[in-house]
Amino acid sequence: MLALQILIDGFAISALYALGATGFTLIFGVSGVLNLSHGAIMVLAAVAAWAAASLFQLDTYSGALIGVAVAVVAAFATYFAVVQPIQRSRRIPNEEKEIFVLTGTLLWGIMIQELIAYFFTNNAKTVLPIVEGVVDIAGIRTPRNEIFTAVVCCLVIALLWLLVNRTRTGKAVLAASMNPRGVTLLGLELGSIYIVVWAIYGILAGIAGVLLGMFLGVSSYSVGPLTASAFSIVVLGGLGSVSGSLIAAFVVGYLETITAYLISPAYRTIPALLLLVAVMYVRPQGLLGRR
Amino acid sequence: MSGFFKSRLFFISLAVVIIAATLPLYVSGYVLGLLTVAYYFGVFAMSWDLLFGFAGEVNFGPTFLIGVGAYTAGILNAQYGWSVYVCIVLGAFAAVIAGLVLALPALRVRGPYFGLTTLVAVLILQNFVVVFADLTGGEIGLTIPDVITIDAGANYWIALGFMTISALILYGLSQSPIGLVLQASGQDPVQAGALGFNIVKHKLAAFIVSAFFSGLSGALLVFYMGTASVGTVVDVSVGVNVIVAAVLGGRRTVLGAALGAIFLIVAGEFLRPTGELATFIVSAVALLVVLFFPGGFLGAALSHESR
Repeated sequence: MLALQILIDGFAISALYALGATGFTLIFGVSGVLNLSHGAIMVLAAVAAWAAASLFQLDTYSGALIGVAVAVVAAFATYFAVVQPIQRSRRIPNEEKEIFVLTGTLLWGIMIQELIAYFFTNNAKTVLPIVEGVVDIAGIRTPRNEIFTAVVCCLVIALLWLLVNRTRTGKAVLAASMNPRGVTLLGLELGSIYIVVWAIYGILAGIAGVLLGMFLGVSSYSVGPLTASAFSIVVLGGLGSVSGSLIAAFVVGYLETITAYLISPAYRTIPALLLLVAVMYVRPQGLLGRR
Repeated sequence: MSGFFKSRLFFISLAVVIIAATLPLYVSGYVLGLLTVAYYFGVFAMSWDLLFGFAGEVNFGPTFLIGVGAYTAGILNAQYGWSVYVCIVLGAFAAVIAGLVLALPALRVRGPYFGLTTLVAVLILQNFVVVFADLTGGEIGLTIPDVITIDAGANYWIALGFMTISALILYGLSQSPIGLVLQASGQDPVQAGALGFNIVKHKLAAFIVSAFFSGLSGALLVFYMGTASVGTVVDVSVGVNVIVAAVLGGRRTVLGAALGAIFLIVAGEFLRPTGELATFIVSAVALLVVLFFPGGFLGAALSHESR
């Protein structure tokens, strides 16, 4: 009974983690950017969906769409206002651009977080779910919303896989992550590939954020933990490896759920952190990462 | 030119320290309290700059070192009643051990991987503090019974003196041959190794020095504030502030990091009337500096000087 409960809850959480981390790892794989405003963009999407539904009386579908649209805008703003100026700056030496992008996106994330707190307070917000009610799965009462979350996550990830492996644009993105110089030599504009990647990232982060808002609720306090969990999932799976971060998301998701059910919710994040440290020592490039 | 500037920087710093030392004679205790915290914070930022600016190690977890020092000192005093000075010294040594633990992965992995390890170290320490609440005071924080002194002026002088001595040692170290080797091994470890320098030894030394000053400053801060809590010495956001302070002031300058830290704390206080927007404004200013003056305050000043 408990095992089934863990299986169901763990799956929903893991799928959500996977979706959140995929966009993050895609950006890193293609442009080498670790976007530390990730958590802030997810929360922004959820808060936008919440505001559309609660303050402007829109239906839940439009609310969710607005949330995703806001996340895409925020992703582009991150790229054009923070990441690109740093990458193009001549005053920052190349070997230090990484730390500047990290610092810049971190500050940007804090700014978004503070603005959310200022306009919408720090209170936790739960987005009205698109589907309501509960169903009975072999004796476990499961909210329909939880199933919906898991299904949407899996669908979006499958679509992303199709996009990357089966379309011309997707293949260009994949190629850029393997060898940016080679892609340029083939006559593709790296700049436009980056724009595509940031758009995909915005959509993924937006969907993940809105679903998170429906499933668990968000507040401006969730910004830091969300970024940290995406970061650790991505490193566990191997920076830049999408399949690696999917596996890692399920490992972390289930590890947390098992700990929360069997030991105590207070210790929830500890085993995953210890696993992460162990992996860093034994296999620093992560499960499926390439050096 | 460089020698001339060095002496000028020296005289400017000397003048600033002398003026700062006379502050208790004519400013209020409130301002002194603010600056006391800012000075300890300055030592955090300078220690971080030694690791990042010179050894090239992106340490996202300065609060791991600070927290270990602060909590070791706090716990020994609050739970076992050891005397303040013994606690401070032991806190600094505990931080050195923490620094060695942190240095182990640094010798194996680089860049973002090392950055993450340090971040995880902070999260584990944070969980440890919350889980072992009997020992550490948990999320509420640990109340420290003893203080060094209750006199605001004396506390201020202790902090100023500590920051000045730390700055002298850290800056001296960064300008010494050791600092040059560190800088070389941070920029190109293979080449530096090929030149015959023992990189492992130098990096370990940088970690030990950085950890020592972080821990010492953390322990002193705990005895000044009379409390040790996750929110003041461990939380990731505290570490972020340390990093922002160092980058704002100018990385690879050591002294700039202290300026950045003092600016951050004083600016945060001035913006208090704006309420919740204070953090937003400070972050926005910091982002603008990062984007348009990547050298930071001192970096910008230095480049004007050399023209």
